[in-house]
Amino acid sequence: MAGYKRIRVPRNTWNMWLWGWFLVAPTMLGLLILNIIPIFQTLYLSLFKSGAFGRGNQYVGIGNYERLIADAQVWHAVANTLLYTVLVVPLSVALAMIIAVLLNGKVKGTSIFRTIYFIPMIAAPAAVTMVWRWLYNPQFGLINYVLTQLGLDPVRWTTDPQVGLISISLIGIWSIFGYNMVLLLASLQEIPRDFYEASDIDGASKMQQFFIVTVPLVTPTLFFVFVTTIIQSMQVFDVIYMMIDVTNPAYERTVSLVYLFYNNSFRYMDKGYGSAIVVLLLVLIMIITYFQLKAEKKWVNYM
Amino acid sequence: MGIASKAAKAAAYLFLITGAALMIIPLLWMLLTSFKTVAESTSMNPFVFFPSVWRVDNYTRVLNQNHFSAYYVNTFLMMFFRILCSLLFSAMAAYAFARLQFPGRNFLFGIVLFQMMVPTQIFIIPQYLMVDALGMRNSIFALVFPGFVSAFGTFLLRQFFLGLPRELEEASKLDGCNIGQTFLLVMLPLTRSGLVALGIFTALFAYKDMMWPLIINTSAQSATLASALAKIQSAISVNYPELMAASVLAFWPMLLVYIVFQKQFVEGIASSGGKL
Repeated sequence: MAGYKRIRVPRNTWNMWLWGWFLVAPTMLGLLILNIIPIFQTLYLSLFKSGAFGRGNQYVGIGNYERLIADAQVWHAVANTLLYTVLVVPLSVALAMIIAVLLNGKVKGTSIFRTIYFIPMIAAPAAVTMVWRWLYNPQFGLINYVLTQLGLDPVRWTTDPQVGLISISLIGIWSIFGYNMVLLLASLQEIPRDFYEASDIDGASKMQQFFIVTVPLVTPTLFFVFVTTIIQSMQVFDVIYMMIDVTNPAYERTVSLVYLFYNNSFRYMDKGYGSAIVVLLLVLIMIITYFQLKAEKKWVNYM
Repeated sequence: MGIASKAAKAAAYLFLITGAALMIIPLLWMLLTSFKTVAESTSMNPFVFFPSVWRVDNYTRVLNQNHFSAYYVNTFLMMFFRILCSLLFSAMAAYAFARLQFPGRNFLFGIVLFQMMVPTQIFIIPQYLMVDALGMRNSIFALVFPGFVSAFGTFLLRQFFLGLPRELEEASKLDGCNIGQTFLLVMLPLTRSGLVALGIFTALFAYKDMMWPLIINTSAQSATLASALAKIQSAISVNYPELMAASVLAFWPMLLVYIVFQKQFVEGIASSGGKL
């Protein structure tokens, strides 16, 4: 018992500490090796001009960043990525909200609609894009067939630089909004019925009810949906990779930052420059997240 | 019910049905095209909606020219091991973060939150170099590698543990359970819906991920369904009936799982929402 007294921490507390450390150890070790160290490695690599597979690295200091700032293609990619986000996020969230509100009303078959709207979410983007590329086909695609039947001009969906990003955004909206709708519908279903009954008695119209009762109560979920959709959109890659190759005339107007990162790192084997591009993406996402967290305090209502 | 509200209801149904049709038509068109000949798929006048004969030639050709059985096995094993690891390790860490006090807890949880905010592409080159240095490219290990642990899973399950009443732990302590037993035997079974949600998220993420398998498993036999589709598209770029057959082959297993477990899918994902 003499030795016991020298331990300043009571045995029970020690016991809890040891269990705590033991339980988080695998995850923390994994995050350290797979994520934390790689962040520093990427930052370090961005200071090098690299040959094949990291061999023959040559220190260039901030050379990659100077090149990045002068590279028009990088700024096109920044603009394309932001434009994609601006097209996909508001439209997919608004559409998700409208459908969720309709399904939360007195309609029949809510669960069938929910199941159908969610289907694109379970399809691999590679398969989805192949299908859309076929629908978008300028000569034989279903969409242009319908347009010409309606007496409209066919559109070069995947090769017209003015249209390419819109075509990609449509696929993005089609793929994501079912997921957002499921989240919003779940949140709507949690609003107690008496809230609506109370506002009925007060003589509120459906429209007033929507903005006074419904919207404030779903703002936490709405915020979650906005944050996750924005982060995902900023990382858009698969759809553009599958639809627009580097020789496509619409490439400059559709290439995203992640696509550019992929091309530089794994096609042109310049991992140093690729790293600099992904650091730029990190900075952009950090800035956007900072403003979102600031805005959260203004419009999100936590009960 | 007034005429106005009847009209509103009809408009709501019209909107919902149109939307549902827009979700389904691309997938239906994929299926129809996969049974057509090239001539049928490109015939504009008359426009061919249904194949004259439902032939499986496109499927046979795509199956013969690729290694679909390997893609199925690789994709399945990638999903299986990622689900196993992320459920086990995330549940352990999530319980500790939700319920135990220990030095460094807030700092370590800060790292978990930080990982979720960083774009995943920033990890990819170092992860690639690590797998390459181990000589493990073109393997199942390589496919599972970035998913051994999950910050998102830790965060998600922590929310579920936080929602459980504290009395349960006190009762199991009185029954003589240590912390490990309390976690494993009392608390873990109660987070079932959280585990299901995380399992579904992990499975979908692994199934849909294209960039990592494309980079790390370059040999023909070691591709997953998603990365194989990318290669198939560049190989048979304009034969759309064959491309659609390949898409159907990649799509049907997940669709089947979804149809069987649709309740778990939708409710699992719904239960995870808004917890930021």
